[in-house]
Order: sequence, then C-alpha cells, then structure tokens
Amino acid sequence: MEYKISSKLRIVAIVMIVLGLLGVVAGFNSAYSVTEDNISEVLAAEHHDGHGHGDAHAADAHGHHGHDDAHADHHGEDAAHGKLTHHEEHALHQIHNRPYSALYVGAFFFFMIALGVLAFYAIQYAAQAGWSPVLFRVMEGITSYVLPGGLIVLAIAFVADSHIFIWLKEGVTVEGHENYDKLVAGKSGWLNKTGFFVRGIIFLAGWSLYRFFSRKFSIAQDSADDNRNFKKNFRISAAFLVFYIYTESMMSWDWIMSVDPHWFSTLFGWYVFASMFVSGITVIAMITIYLKSKGLLEFVNDSHIHDLAKFMFGISVFWTYLWFSQFMLIWYSNIPEEVTYFVTRIEHYKLPFFGMLAMNFIFPLLLLMNSDYKRINWFVVMAGIVILCGHYLDVFNWIMPATVIERWYIGLPEIGSILLFGGLFLLVVFTALSKAPLLAKGNPFMKESEHFHY
Amino acid sequence: MEASKVIHAIYTDDDVLMSAVKKVKAEKHHIEEIYTPFPVHGLDKAMGLAPTRIAIASFLYGCVGLTVAIVMMNFIMIEDWPQDIGGKPSFSYLENMPAFVPIMFELTVFFAAHLMVITFYLRSRMWPFKKAENPDPRTTDDHFLMEIALHNNESELTSLLQETGAVEINIVDKDEEAH
Repeated sequence: MEYKISSKLRIVAIVMIVLGLLGVVAGFNSAYSVTEDNISEVLAAEHHDGHGHGDAHAADAHGHHGHDDAHADHHGEDAAHGKLTHHEEHALHQIHNRPYSALYVGAFFFFMIALGVLAFYAIQYAAQAGWSPVLFRVMEGITSYVLPGGLIVLAIAFVADSHIFIWLKEGVTVEGHENYDKLVAGKSGWLNKTGFFVRGIIFLAGWSLYRFFSRKFSIAQDSADDNRNFKKNFRISAAFLVFYIYTESMMSWDWIMSVDPHWFSTLFGWYVFASMFVSGITVIAMITIYLKSKGLLEFVNDSHIHDLAKFMFGISVFWTYLWFSQFMLIWYSNIPEEVTYFVTRIEHYKLPFFGMLAMNFIFPLLLLMNSDYKRINWFVVMAGIVILCGHYLDVFNWIMPATVIERWYIGLPEIGSILLFGGLFLLVVFTALSKAPLLAKGNPFMKESEHFHY
Repeated sequence: MEASKVIHAIYTDDDVLMSAVKKVKAEKHHIEEIYTPFPVHGLDKAMGLAPTRIAIASFLYGCVGLTVAIVMMNFIMIEDWPQDIGGKPSFSYLENMPAFVPIMFELTVFFAAHLMVITFYLRSRMWPFKKAENPDPRTTDDHFLMEIALHNNESELTSLLQETGAVEINIVDKDEEAH
C-alpha cells in the first residue's frame, strides 16, 4: 500500500529542474544581451528578417515600415545623443520582460494546479462525498505544492517587479512624473506593493493552514476509532471554502488581472477558478492512472476514473462558458477601454488565443463526450495532456499580452520554466505521496467509495 | 394456451428486486418486463438489456439543432436583413458569430432535449390516449412487479420467486385479460 518515489522518477524530475534552470538562465542571458547600445541593430536585423518572410506579411510589414521610417529621421540625431527612440525603448522593455513573464507563467500554472486540487478536496469533504475518499491521498499529495508553489510565484513577482506589473513603475502615482498614470493612481489604495505582498501572504497562509490541518486530521483519522477527526475536517473544509472563494478571486485580481491595470472584468475570479479547477482535476486523474499503472491504488476502479473524466468534461465546458461570457459582452459592446484587452490578443496572439479555445473546449467536448471513453485510461491521459497544454496557454494569454505584447514566442525561457516548475512539482508531489499510506482507511465513507460503481 | 401465461412477482423494495433479478437471471429464466414506480439504477444491466442508444440519438438531434440555428441566423441576420449593430455591420456570418453563439447553444440543447424525450416516449410505446400496459396500479405507487413467461414450470418458478423475497405471486393469463 505504501508508495515510495522511485529513483527513476526522482532522476527525471531533477533532470527536468536542471534543464529548466539552464533554459531560464539562457533566456535571461539572451534577453539581457540586448541593451541600450545594440537595440537599434537588433531591431534592424529583425526588420530585415521580417521582409524575407514572403508576401503574406507584406501589408503588415509595410505598416511597420512606415512606423519605423517616421522614427528613422530621429534616429541619427538620437544616437548621437545616446538616447533611444520610443519604439526602441518599448522593444527593449518587452525583450527584457519576456524571461520574467515566462518564469511567472510557468510558476503560476503549476501553483494553480495545486490550488485547484485543494478546492476540489475541500468540496469533497464539505459535501461528504461518498465516491472520492479513495482518491484523497492523491489529492493531498498534489496540494503539498500549494505552499512552495505560492511562495515561488510571490518571489518571482517580487523580483520581476515592474517587468510584469506595470503599476509598480517608479512615479506611476506621482502627479507630474513622466510615468504618471491617472487611472492607476486612482487605484493605488489597492494596487500598491505593500498591499500586494501583504494580501499574498495572507492568502497563502490561509490556504496552507487549511491544507496543513486537513492533512493532519486525515492522517489521524487512519488510526482513530471514532469520527472526530473526520468531523473536524468537515468543519474546516466548509470554512475554508468560504475563505477560498473570496481570496481566490482577490488573488486573481492581484496576481493576474493587475498586469493590465486599466482593464477589469467582474467575472475574472470565476474564470481563473474554472481554469485551475479543471487543470487540478485533470492532474488528479493523471496521477491516479500513473499510480494504478504501477500496480498501486488497486481499490480505485474505472468508475472513479469515469467520474474524474466527467468532471474534466464538465468543468471544461464551464470554463468555456465563463470565457465566452467575458469575451462576448466586451466584444459586442465594443467600448474602447474594455475591448482593447481582446484587440491585443486577437491582433498579436491569434494562434494561442483561439488555439486555446480549441484545446480547452472542442477537444475535451468531442473526446470525452462518449461515456465509454471516460473509462479508458490512455484516452483520459491523452485528453488530459491537451487540457493541460490548453490551460498553460490560458495563463500565457493572461500575462504575456500585457508584458511582452507582440514579442512573444514559446521558446527557451517558456519551455525552460515549464520544465523547471514541472520537475519541482513532480518532486514535491511524489515525495508527499510517499509519506502516507495511499488509502485513507479511517474515512467513514471509505467502504462506500471502494464499492463505488457507476 | 401455456405460452400466454405469465407469472407476476411483486416486491416492495428496489434492493430486494435487484437481487431477485440477479437470482432469476442466474437460473436462466427470461424476464419479460419489470414495472417500477421510479427508475432503478443498474436494473437494465442486471436484466441483460442491450445498452441504450438514446445518447447517440441525442447527439444527432443536437447536431440538427446546431445546423438549424446556423442556417436560421444566417438567413435572418446576414442575408435577409443585415443591420449595423454596435458598429458591427453584419455582412459575414463568421465575423458576427459570437453574437449568435447563445442561439446556437440554446437550439442545440432545445433540439437534443425535446427530440430525445419524444424519442424515449415513442420507443417506450407511450403516446397520448394510450391505454396503460401496467398490469397492477400499485406499481405506480410503491410496489415493483416482475413479469416472467411460464413454460410448464409454474411450481419451480413460484418457489424460486418466493425465495427471492416476493411479497405476492400471481399467475395471470394474458389472453383472458385482453378480452
């Protein structure tokens, strides 16, 4: 019954971390090899490249061309004074922002999986669900990443500063300063550095405390002869869910929506929640199937997999519903300060923006619609991989359009960050899985769960 | 006359019924029909009925609904009477598509749900003014009735059914009833 993290898995995780680190470092190096001194040459080379790309981009390239020409006149003059044109300055910022943003996207993606599982786990307790207790130890393993993952996200936010959060720029709230932004200044009661990190610590502390105590009671229940621990878990889970739905929403404003500080959407918290919920459930299914393939979790039958796959299907549709509700109203009303959010994404992020919709909606809808396919392990895993990639792109589309705008690419810094935090996630989760029996045998619903049959 | 004779075993609990069904099937008797006051989960599998194809029908009905919505909105909003709504002149279905998604969704659901219910009723041989096939009115309240055809095995079946916990066992001649 006990699970020990295999040395092979540990090596894979460590190799991922090392390769990821190399990728991240290389990303920072190449970004910072572009400086004020050589930005003009880099842009000129890029521009030249752009022309070589055939006729499809001709109109686009032409537009840029005119833009650049306008600056070209200043160029000689500016270079002489050692000053950059606006265009060059923006490009330089975007190039420098990219490795930070890539790191942040990767870190948030894996953190969000763990937090989504924590909410799912609390719902199982609060609803006194009878089908799921056989999966509790898998969920507890995944939620062990909430604290480290959250701290990493906050640390990156702290280091990246105005590379990701434009409202942290110097003088944004100072009237008369060149960076002064009236709208951001009006929001500075909420959007300020101290507030951001104090709130972040409070959110993380609350989530981690729940995770700590629910895990403690769950382990204690294994050897108890009454249901006291289970009842305590039921109570703290209900309380946690109230805390969670408020703090998750505020976290989404702080950590994600604030990268576009002028723009806001009232259902953003729900939308982020749907994304983390479906990614979390997908990872529960994948880890369960992995452990089953190792001959463990023999008490998990295909009805449990079926139920998880139903959730993957259902929450994918729920995610689409929220995504579309947000998109359609803003698209239709066409109010400039709102619609700019989607204009940026449709103009510069056509492939990830609409690709994500196909991966997060069309694929799960068609793949997981058939009842029988939800019980076929490899089918669930394949659908899960598509869903996870789709939700990575979702996070990508939240952050990148605000920080690097058109200078996005899924290259070394992005893939490096995925490997780095993916490896860390695997290491933390599977180490936590090794620390307790895989069957929470004291749970009063365990018999019902083992006999669960659909 | 033997073939038209059936035995009616009446139960008062769905769990008892389920185990009775499994026992009767294990003895290789063919169960003609079971009447229950509410759907009993897993009964179809226990009786060995072929899996339902209503999901496939529902998917096809949904596709029909989606198509109807697309064709209808294309005619109304693009071809017949194009308007400029919110600075979005409707000359292309694709570019105005987000505005039609709620209608596409609703008609998909509408067609799938209604046609599925109608299909289900017809397939269950239920339509307006149809005389109930239900042999005992108590099966609409709190009793469960299992109907098994008799082939000169009256006493054997009766004792088997009694063992399974039937509260009442009747032998009924279907032809006589029909007159």
